[in-house]
Amino acid sequence: MEMKTKVHAEEGKQELHITREFDLPVELLFKAYEEPGLIEEWMGTKVLKLENKDHGAYRFETSDTSGNVVFSANGVIHEFKPNRQIIRTFEMENTPFPVQLEFLEFEKLTENTSKLNILMVFKSGADRDQLLKLPFAKGINMAHDTLQKIVNKTR
Amino acid sequence: MNLRRDVFQAIADPTRRAILLLVAAQSMTAGTIAANFNTARPTVSKHLHILTECELVKPEQNGREIYYHLNPKKMKEIAEFIEPFRKMWDDRFNKLESIMKNYKSKK
Repeated sequence: MEMKTKVHAEEGKQELHITREFDLPVELLFKAYEEPGLIEEWMGTKVLKLENKDHGAYRFETSDTSGNVVFSANGVIHEFKPNRQIIRTFEMENTPFPVQLEFLEFEKLTENTSKLNILMVFKSGADRDQLLKLPFAKGINMAHDTLQKIVNKTR
Repeated sequence: MNLRRDVFQAIADPTRRAILLLVAAQSMTAGTIAANFNTARPTVSKHLHILTECELVKPEQNGREIYYHLNPKKMKEIAEFIEPFRKMWDDRFNKLESIMKNYKSKK
């Protein structure tokens, strides 16, 4: 099966590229980034604040099944161009990770298909590599959460 | 020399990446590896030292010669770094796609 989402991280560089083609018109793809309710659904996080405008800001928060906050992040929206581009910063709260800069480009391919190009720029190459190592632990946590849910259901 | 070099630093250098490609095809002595490059033999030795330190290549004594070969386990670790990250985004985007397809049909 072809991998729909591609991640490109060149050795020694402090940037990371993510690309993905969607079976969606670009307007719908953008909407998934624009509406808090939709972001909450696909990102699996709570949207506490989202100001979709130049010089706006946002804040996300994720809780586990018991309601403890396990993840929170925030950033400033530098530029917001509907159906075209979002430039924003991203910082995970209560972690040693420095803020990163994100360029999100929404590209129309056909009437019903679109492409998302994300460029993430990190403070250093080492910071990028640290972040890449993260999902290992996160994957375990998520698996743990799923397990917890199943356990709770069977009680 | 910094003993705590990490793998990413090791593969950041184009010569070291070329060495990895060479020894991936077959094990070689330092001399044979050096013969493939325009750089001086001590430079190649230095690169081999770094690659060995990071366990990307493994030296093996064979008679009087030392052959270097690729450590596939360590190479896989590099790919494995990126894969969970890619998978996480792939899962998220799959979800986004299906949510928005529903969204469209509801309208």
